[in-house]
Order: sequence, then C-alpha cells, then structure tokens
Amino acid sequence: MTQGRVVVIGVGNLDRGDDAAGREVARRLRAAGERHAEILELEGEATGILAALEKAETAFLVDACFSGAPAGAIHRFDAAEGLPAHTNFSLSSHGFGLAEAVELAKALGALPLRCIVYAIEGESFEISKPVSAAVTRAIEEVAMHVRDEIHALLRRE
Amino acid sequence: MTRKTVKVDVLARVEGEGALKVVLRDGKVESAEFNIFEPPRFFEAFLRGRHFVETPDIVARICGICPIAYQMSGVHALENLLGVKVEGPLRDLRRLIYCGEWIESHVLHIYMLHAPDFLGYDGGVQMARDHGDAVKRGLQLKKVGNEILQLLGGREIHPVNVRVGGFHRAPRKRELAPLAEKLKWAREAALETARWVATFDFPERERDYTFVTLRHPDEYPFNEGRIVSNKGLDISAAEYDAHFEETHVAHSTALHSHLRDGGGAYLTGPMARYNLAFEQLSALAKETAREIGLGESCRNPYRSIMVRAVETIYACDEALRVIENYEQPDRPFVPVEPRAGVGHAATEAPRGMLYHRYQIDDAGTIADAQIVPPTSQNQACLEEDLIDIIGGFSDLPHKELQYRCEQTVRNYDPCISCATHFLKLEIDRG
Repeated sequence: MTQGRVVVIGVGNLDRGDDAAGREVARRLRAAGERHAEILELEGEATGILAALEKAETAFLVDACFSGAPAGAIHRFDAAEGLPAHTNFSLSSHGFGLAEAVELAKALGALPLRCIVYAIEGESFEISKPVSAAVTRAIEEVAMHVRDEIHALLRRE
Repeated sequence: MTRKTVKVDVLARVEGEGALKVVLRDGKVESAEFNIFEPPRFFEAFLRGRHFVETPDIVARICGICPIAYQMSGVHALENLLGVKVEGPLRDLRRLIYCGEWIESHVLHIYMLHAPDFLGYDGGVQMARDHGDAVKRGLQLKKVGNEILQLLGGREIHPVNVRVGGFHRAPRKRELAPLAEKLKWAREAALETARWVATFDFPERERDYTFVTLRHPDEYPFNEGRIVSNKGLDISAAEYDAHFEETHVAHSTALHSHLRDGGGAYLTGPMARYNLAFEQLSALAKETAREIGLGESCRNPYRSIMVRAVETIYACDEALRVIENYEQPDRPFVPVEPRAGVGHAATEAPRGMLYHRYQIDDAGTIADAQIVPPTSQNQACLEEDLIDIIGGFSDLPHKELQYRCEQTVRNYDPCISCATHFLKLEIDRG
C-alpha cells in the first residue's frame, strides 16, 4: 500500500434491521479478500469512529441513514464538504454518531485527506429484524463502489 | 396564578432518546417528568429459553457503551446461583476490565456530554473548536479505557471473552505491560481532567439524597459487596427485590425504582459511591479530591462531573495495581455445572448499580431474568431533583431555565438506551 493508510469503517448495529448496512459492507469487502484497506466494524459511537480515522490518509465511512429517500438509495458524500443536515446517520441509540465524528474530526483538524461517506437509505430499523431486500442489494453495490474507489486510488499512484 | 411549562422535546447529549416536561406554578415546580420513549428492547424476554452460558454474549448487546457492566452483573448472578467463587487473578482481571469501562464511559460523559454545559457550548463538537487540546486529551484518555476492554474482552464491540466462571482466555503477563505504560499517562491525564473540571462554575444546590451503592470491606465498589445506603440499608443482592420495587409510570417506557415501605427515590452511581466509599479510593484520588475542593462528601449534583473525574483517577490507579500484581492463572476460568435455582448480583456500572436476577433449570436453561439498570433506578430521583432544584432557579429567563433543566438531567449521565424495558401488558377484564 503506497498511498497511505486506507480504512473502510462499516458502522451500525447487526441486531437492528437495516442499521446493519455499514457493517455488512465491511463484511462483504473482507470476504472478498480486499487487501488494500484496513477494514473495521464499529457500532457508531463518535469518539470510536474518530479514533479509527486517526492516521488514515483515505477513509471510507459506510452507514445506514434515513432521509426520506426510497429504501436502498445510495448517497455518497465528501466529508470535507459537509454532510447534509436532513440526513440522519446511524440509528445508534446513543445519539452521538457518524455525523458528529466527522464534525469532531474537522474541529480537531483530524479529518483524513480523503474521507468519503457512503450512506444507504434504510427502511426498517427494528430490533432483531433482518436487513431488508432493497438494502441488501445496496450493500452489494456499495461494497463494489468502495472496492473500485480503492483500486482507482492504487492505479493513480 | 402564572403557569410556565419548560418542554424539551428531544434531550440533547444524553444517550438514547428522551424528553422532559417541567410545569411551574407561581414559581414553584408543580411536576417534572423525565420522559423515556425509546422503544422497548425485550432483552429479559430474549434470555428466556437460552442456555445460561450464552448470557454474557447476549447481555453485552444491551449497551454499546457499557457492555462489561451487563456481563459482570450477569456472570456474578449466575455464579451466585451455581455456588461458584471466582478469586485470585481472575477476580482481579474482572476489576481490570471494569476499570476500562469506567474510564471509557466517564471520560465520554465528562468531555463530550457534560463539560459543554459548563463552558457554554451546545455540544462537544463546538467545544472542540475552542478547547481542542482538552478534547484531544479526553479522546486519548478514553482510548486507554478502550484498549483495556479490547485486550481483556477480545474485541472492541460486544466483548466475547467474558464467561461464567472467568474468561475464555487469560492474558499473558507480558501482554499487559504495554497497557501499564499507557495507564501511567492516563492517570496524569485523569489528574489534569479533575483539575480542569474543578475550574467550572457550579450552581450551588444540594439535596439530602438517599445514596445506594455496593460496599465491600476492602475495596472501592466494583463487582461485589452488600447493597448499602446512607439511611441504614444493608442487604445482600439476594434481598434486592424485598427492598426495592419497580413501578410503571405512564410517561415512560422505563420502570421507576423506589425503596419499598416508603423509602422513596434513591440515587445510585458516582455520587453514591463517592459519598459512601470515599476512604477506599486510592491515595492519589483522595488527594486530588481534596486538592480540587470536592471534600469527602458531595451532595451537589452539578459537581458529579468532578466526582467522575476523581473516579477516573481511581480506575487508572486500580488498573495499574492489578497489572503490577498479575500472575497468569493456570486456567482462565472456574468450571461450572448447571443446577436449578435463582441467582442474584449487583455490580457498579459507571452510571450506578446494575442488578441482575436469573432463574435456571437443571439443564441450565434460563426460565426467567430480571435486569434493573442504573438509569431506571435513578429516574425517580432525577425527577425529584428537577422539582427540588429547579424550584430554586425558577426566576431564570425561560431559555436559561430550560438549559438548567437539561443540565440537571445530564448530571446523571442517563443511558436511556439501557433503561428501556418492555411494559407489562395488563388487561382488566372486569
């Protein structure tokens, strides 16, 4: 890996329906043998995400979100440009999650050079429910996008 | 008659979703409701029908912030039931993993949720823009707690290394050495934290609380001890249900706990531990408490942030003590065999006492489980604070009063996510 540390951080709760989306993306990438990035799974507490971003030059943050778009819709944001206020990230019941992590990283000057947020629109966040069909399709697609982006970075070297 | 309502639809900077409604009449607080509307979580029902050995892995999922507290109360209750005593290095490792969780949880609350109240910010992010060095210190300190959990718990999320009888794997002595170096730094950072929070401006209000905590003859309370209060209570965990009762209230999906026989609301958590076990803190923690003007007892709930800072120093000291004395045990756990019975335990989660009760059959299947988290236990006391304390601030302009109400709730570091229980369905068929 020559382009600095690349991390993929899948955020979510595996026991809460579509909230598992981010972590499922991380699992797909790991299962596919992605070797060019460090792949992490986190529950979504902001300071934990911030710690995972440390020393990364490039970071991909993947989380479920709820903005009113159709289930399975995929949003891609550059964290440096800010995250839209109307999008709720991470259904973490602790209320201090991905969006706060990004803002905290900015406030502390700790945002990686490239920090891309993928958000997958969820429809059901009920405890002990499975991931919905629409979100499952989006998980596959996001895993592919993230892998392509990592490989594009490598080619650019 | 003037009537004023302070309504906070969604409380900011508390864990979980809750709301607050305070009604004032002629400057006097008429009612205060701390509303918990987080959906029910069914964990007690999930446990029924499962084998008892699954308990630590199931209860760890109740909370992403304090999984160890759930695991510790769960394994202690089951060991109590099975007649197993975990001693020596394994017992010490349990104190160590609990130290990690206290550091993590206290520091997150101090820096990200509570300090902004005193420094005039809406949240930790805004505060970080002006107090970057302090926030970086807090984040680094929290990470040390996290590393303890990771090493002893086996992974960062939902630790998997805790089992009934001990651990699946005990660390080698040399694995703990790097932690010791980090903890020495953490202790200094905790000291700076205590000095930092002591500079805040605290509202001067006090109440005559009923403090409830665990008491151990030789140790600051963590994993075991009798349940005691400053008003004469002194019982074993097995007697919990005989002395405490949980009731449903219309405005909350969490249960309200009270002492039976008119004993009323009580306060559990850092303030209770501090007031009833000050002498058992480490020398540095006691010395710091005196240095920052906290004294040996504290009844001002706004100063709970100072108490948490002192407890963080203690947790660093205690973790270092365990690591320095540690010898790897021959076996990482004490064997356990199922037998029918009921077991109880209470341990000290960062936010306060956490009580578990399990009933299992001869095959080890859980027939019934009861879990009473600290936020449920503190909820009635929190409402009393709002009535009593906010009454003293009723002349404040509306916005400031609202802020003071929110700050009062945050004194408790309530974890609404943990407190939410399924409400019992009662059908009156006449």
